[in-house]
Amino acid sequence: MGPVYWWMILGMAVATYLPRMIPLTFLDGKELPPIVSGVLRNIPFAVLGALIFPAILHIQDNVLFGVIGAVTAFILSFIGLDVMFVVIGTIAVLAVYSLF
Amino acid sequence: MNTTFSQGVKAGTSIAIGYFPVALTFGLLAKTTGLSIFEATAMSLLVYAGASQYMALSLIATGVAPWLIVMNTFIVNIRHFLMTASLSENVAPAPKWMKAIYAFGITDESFSVLSTQKGGKIATAFTFGVALIAYSSWVVFTAVGHVIGANLPQFLQEAMSVALYAMFIGLLVPSMKGNRKVVLLAVIGAGIHCALYYSNLLSTGWSILVATLGSAVLVEFLYVKANKNVDRWTTERKADQ
Repeated sequence: MGPVYWWMILGMAVATYLPRMIPLTFLDGKELPPIVSGVLRNIPFAVLGALIFPAILHIQDNVLFGVIGAVTAFILSFIGLDVMFVVIGTIAVLAVYSLF
Repeated sequence: MNTTFSQGVKAGTSIAIGYFPVALTFGLLAKTTGLSIFEATAMSLLVYAGASQYMALSLIATGVAPWLIVMNTFIVNIRHFLMTASLSENVAPAPKWMKAIYAFGITDESFSVLSTQKGGKIATAFTFGVALIAYSSWVVFTAVGHVIGANLPQFLQEAMSVALYAMFIGLLVPSMKGNRKVVLLAVIGAGIHCALYYSNLLSTGWSILVATLGSAVLVEFLYVKANKNVDRWTTERKADQ
């Protein structure tokens, strides 16, 4: 790969950093209208829904694989396990499933 | 409540586990695409964005111009404007330069861990802990993947592909309990994303953005409207008495 790829990596770095940095540093301490801050407080849960589905169904070609993973993770966290054990438990269940 | 750096490292460990197979595979794919170990590791070190890095590899392989790859990276990451704007409402006061540093460590995953913390503003030390453990995993395992290749046994490689999603579920479910607004936000966010995904209307970066914003705005308006009705109802009742 030539030097052009180093420029590309730097460009990608800037294109990734700006959306992360600008709101955090420039909205710092600003009073936003209640409706805007209400919407912003909703973002975490809306984004989690959108990050999980449909992607989890397509982690392998077999959709059932993702369904089993989703159901396992849901049950493990519903019974109150810590996130770390939800992750490890779900991996363990799928490891057993893909062995058979 | 979590406030210290080491509590942050602990909370970020699930991200580190989740990044392990993804970074390993990225390292291997980067090698097969023709990137040197320095280029591959530098990309993880400087860019630190899984989806964009994978996309860059496939675009390099198909001979797309580098500046288009940069444009594409920006589009994929526009959703982070939304996440860091939301986070800015929730983090403890800190000097701007310090926020500018930990902003580098905000990914879908670290954002999810940070923004689902309960009780008060998120402490700066905690944020650094979460960001650092996740980032280290991403960078180190990119390099390892390039050197040794993704040599995990097939069944483990497959099973570990669920890790990040299991983490997202593990973060979401406790907040959903007894909170109908959270359930609604997640279900509508997922619903819009599924609709956009299966209809092929938008690329992934855009569709996550649209689904998130759509759900957050829709639910907020529903609740503002419902609260107004409740307000009117209570004032009318008071007037009656």
